[in-house]
Amino acid sequence: MFKIIKREEMANGTVILNEIEAPLIAGKALPGQFIILKANELGERIPLTMADTNQEKGTITIIYMVVGKSTAIFRDLKVGESYQDVIGPLGKATHIEKIGTVVCVGGGTGVAVLHPITRAMKNAGNNVICIIGSRNKDLLIMEDQMRAASNELQICTDDGSYGRKGFVTDALKDILESQEVAQVVAIGPVPMMKFVSLMAKEYNVPAMVSLNPIMVDGTGMCGGCRVTVDGKTKFACVDGPEFDGHKVDYDELMFRLQAYTDEEKSSYQAYCQSQE
Amino acid sequence: MPNNKTDKKKKKKLRQPMPEQKPEIRKHNFEEVPLGYSLEAAQEEASRCLQCKKPSCVAGCPVNVDIPGFIKLISDGDFSGAIKNLWGKNSLPAVCGRVCPQEIQCEGLCIVGKKGEPVAIGNLERFCADYAREHDSSEMPPIVKSNGKRVAVVGSGPSGLTVAGDLIQKGYQVSILEAFHKPGGVLVYGIPEFRLPKAIVAKEVNMLEKQGVKLECNQVVGRSVSVDELFEDGYDAVYIGVGAGLPRFLGVPGENLIGILSANEYLTRANLMKAYKYPEVDTPIPIGKDVVVLGAGNVAMDSARTAMRLGAKRVRIVYRRSRQEMPARTAEIHHAEEEGIEFFLLTNPVRYLGNEKGKLTGMECLKMELGEPDESGRRRPVPIKGTEFLMDTDLAIVAVGSGANPLLTESTEKVKLNKWGYIQADPETGKTTQKGVWAGGDIVTGAATVILAMGAGRKAADSIHDYLSWGW
Ligand SMILES: Cc1cc2nc3c(=O)[nH]c(=O)nc-3n(C[C@H](O)[C@H](O)[C@H](O)COP(=O)(O)OP(=O)(O)OC[C@H]3O[C@@H](n4cnc5c(N)ncnc54)[C@H](O)[C@@H]3O)c2cc1C
Ligand SMILES: Cc1cc2nc3c(=O)[nH]c(=O)nc-3n(C[C@H](O)[C@H](O)[C@H](O)COP(=O)(O)OP(=O)(O)OC[C@H]3O[C@@H](n4cnc5c(N)ncnc54)[C@H](O)[C@@H]3O)c2cc1C
Ligand code: SF4
Ligand code: SF4
Ligand code: FES
Repeated sequence: MFKIIKREEMANGTVILNEIEAPLIAGKALPGQFIILKANELGERIPLTMADTNQEKGTITIIYMVVGKSTAIFRDLKVGESYQDVIGPLGKATHIEKIGTVVCVGGGTGVAVLHPITRAMKNAGNNVICIIGSRNKDLLIMEDQMRAASNELQICTDDGSYGRKGFVTDALKDILESQEVAQVVAIGPVPMMKFVSLMAKEYNVPAMVSLNPIMVDGTGMCGGCRVTVDGKTKFACVDGPEFDGHKVDYDELMFRLQAYTDEEKSSYQAYCQSQE
Repeated sequence: MPNNKTDKKKKKKLRQPMPEQKPEIRKHNFEEVPLGYSLEAAQEEASRCLQCKKPSCVAGCPVNVDIPGFIKLISDGDFSGAIKNLWGKNSLPAVCGRVCPQEIQCEGLCIVGKKGEPVAIGNLERFCADYAREHDSSEMPPIVKSNGKRVAVVGSGPSGLTVAGDLIQKGYQVSILEAFHKPGGVLVYGIPEFRLPKAIVAKEVNMLEKQGVKLECNQVVGRSVSVDELFEDGYDAVYIGVGAGLPRFLGVPGENLIGILSANEYLTRANLMKAYKYPEVDTPIPIGKDVVVLGAGNVAMDSARTAMRLGAKRVRIVYRRSRQEMPARTAEIHHAEEEGIEFFLLTNPVRYLGNEKGKLTGMECLKMELGEPDESGRRRPVPIKGTEFLMDTDLAIVAVGSGANPLLTESTEKVKLNKWGYIQADPETGKTTQKGVWAGGDIVTGAATVILAMGAGRKAADSIHDYLSWGW
């Protein structure tokens, strides 16, 4: 059992933070890696990236958006309660080296995934410019942490309620226009990663993205997480989750994420009703 | 049975049929298909064994179960003796009795089978194990005092469970590290409930725990911890029994459409995650109307029969060779046919077709014919030009074999692999090229059978014991 020792609600309760006791994983995890959680006996195996780890306390932190039944069950777990299973760390760690200026672009809960990578990039001596975006001010998460983890932070909201009005790609374009950038890292909704990668490509800058296909085991055993990169099939859980953003088939990924839409809708509705 | 003895002399007794759920009923449920022998049927079947002095059946069993011995004890009504006899060679008789390909192993060499039907060795083995489980649950190997030496077993499939069981009996402290949240390997995530009830596997694992084996689930060795770190943590030996968990796909266009799943994924959702109970459980599984299963081994039969039970209107097995080459157990092919599964043999898919939503709608196939034998000795299927045709399907399950999963072996430099990525291990001892590390089961042989994986586990356990007593 993996006990929740801290719980926070962010973005009007649509995004939840859990700090969980998992000393073995905390001692091992590197930026970019993820875990799989299962709330209870009947639960689904859900992959989430570690937004933070604390080796001394032996804890890991996850930040997730409530989008369906499983994340709703996670949301309803209280401090002192436990996840039945936590598996990890999984996936390849981010390749971190000193390369110059790195622009880290995060959207939605992708910001949480981006946090440890941003911090590691900065610790490695890079000049890290961070752009985070959301639909509006209320949905923005981790502003303070991201500011601390980077050399410069820019904020974009779609409706202009905070920071710059517009998409993260607008802010990225200005940076790419005005200075030499060694690498772009983009993590967020699939369309966002697609457009950030396209923009980076225009300026001939490498782009790294972290993909979130549907997973089951997370160990390369089922092939459910397959994505096409550079025309070849890859298993995101073991070959990734990070890939060269210029080579990913985003449209296929978007389709594959819809595989269970009907089931997801009905089980979420049934769960919400049962909780009323 | 008053005139039993005279009968025997007059005419040969027929093999006791295994009572089964009727096909029309069972194709809508997940309960076990064969119901097991009654006590009378078991004794009657046992009486068919000739108690050969040089039993050929034993040579057909990879772990040399004392077949005439345990069958004699059934005849004598000493069921407790029979199960103990079985345990001497085989720690999972309830499993093997159900899933061994007996027709090519023990029963395939039974002398009675020369002229009629062989003695139902598998059914009898199952009977003993079930009888022991249902009647005298206190029956258990003894608890042995620890000798202080520690062994880590990676993977809780049949080979890992065998190593753990043998070594705990020799006094070692044994921990099993399993990547999944539940132990049992293919026995829990692959083979369906209707063929091997999960309660049986749970019971076997529980028995090991009672003897002192420590079970650590959610430990992905190679990620959570490496083999070298296990030695740093104080383990004296490591056994690797991680199976052949890498799904193969055909590599034809359209393979990433929604509705194409590896059998590993499909069966893991159904069995390990219990998705056949969805929405009672949270993990969904695609329900196909017109299902196609590619391949014709046990894995394909299990997938096809699962799809049927989940409500498919039609399920077709598509296989590029002919019936003769189908690798599945005879009993499973028979069961599948009884349940209405169709066989499209000498047929090979060349591409998948999808709609504007990225969903599978069909498959283009080619007819094949058999040419010269290939390396495996089976005649090689060759496509017949111009025989392309379309098959409608909304769910394709790919069961064309599995390979070596590199997750663990990528992190063990000193353990040499063969050219397919399987671990090189001495066939007699299971020793790998790294001192203190053994391997066995599917990760050494490639996808094989439960009993072979157990046999490898037993040899490795003996060798580990030698090493920890005398040295490498
Ligand atoms: C490597 C990885 C890291 C991730 N990290 C984060 C994170 O840090 N924070 C975060 O909010 N989300 C993250 N996700 C996404 C998260 O896993 C899904 O949002 C979650 O599984 C949804 O489950 P649900 O039952 O609540 O929703 P559902 O109703 O099941 O589905 C909602 C959406 O989630 C996707 N989804 C469903 N099941 C799975 C599954 N088993 N695996 C992956 N996606 C699924 C569906 O395509 C759908 O778009 C990550 C995904 C991956 C693969
Ligand atoms: C669907 C299906 C049906 C079958 N039917 C039959 C049958 O009827 N008769 C028969 O004899 N054989 C059958 N087989 C084959 C048989 O199940 C296998 O040969 C046997 O299970 C191999 O045993 P194993 O112990 O080597 O590995 P497995 O049973 O594969 O177990 C390996 C275990 O190791 C775990 N693992 C993997 N990687 C790691 C890691 N890095 N760290 C920790 N743990 C890890 C896995 O999760 C798994 O639990 C079938 C196989 C399948 C898939
Ligand atoms: S273990 Fe398998 S092969 Fe050996 S006797 Fe039993 S059923 Fe036959
Ligand atoms: S070969 Fe057949 S008849 Fe002879 S001992 Fe074995 S099971 Fe009995
Ligand atoms: S999640 Fe199963 S192979 Fe990646």
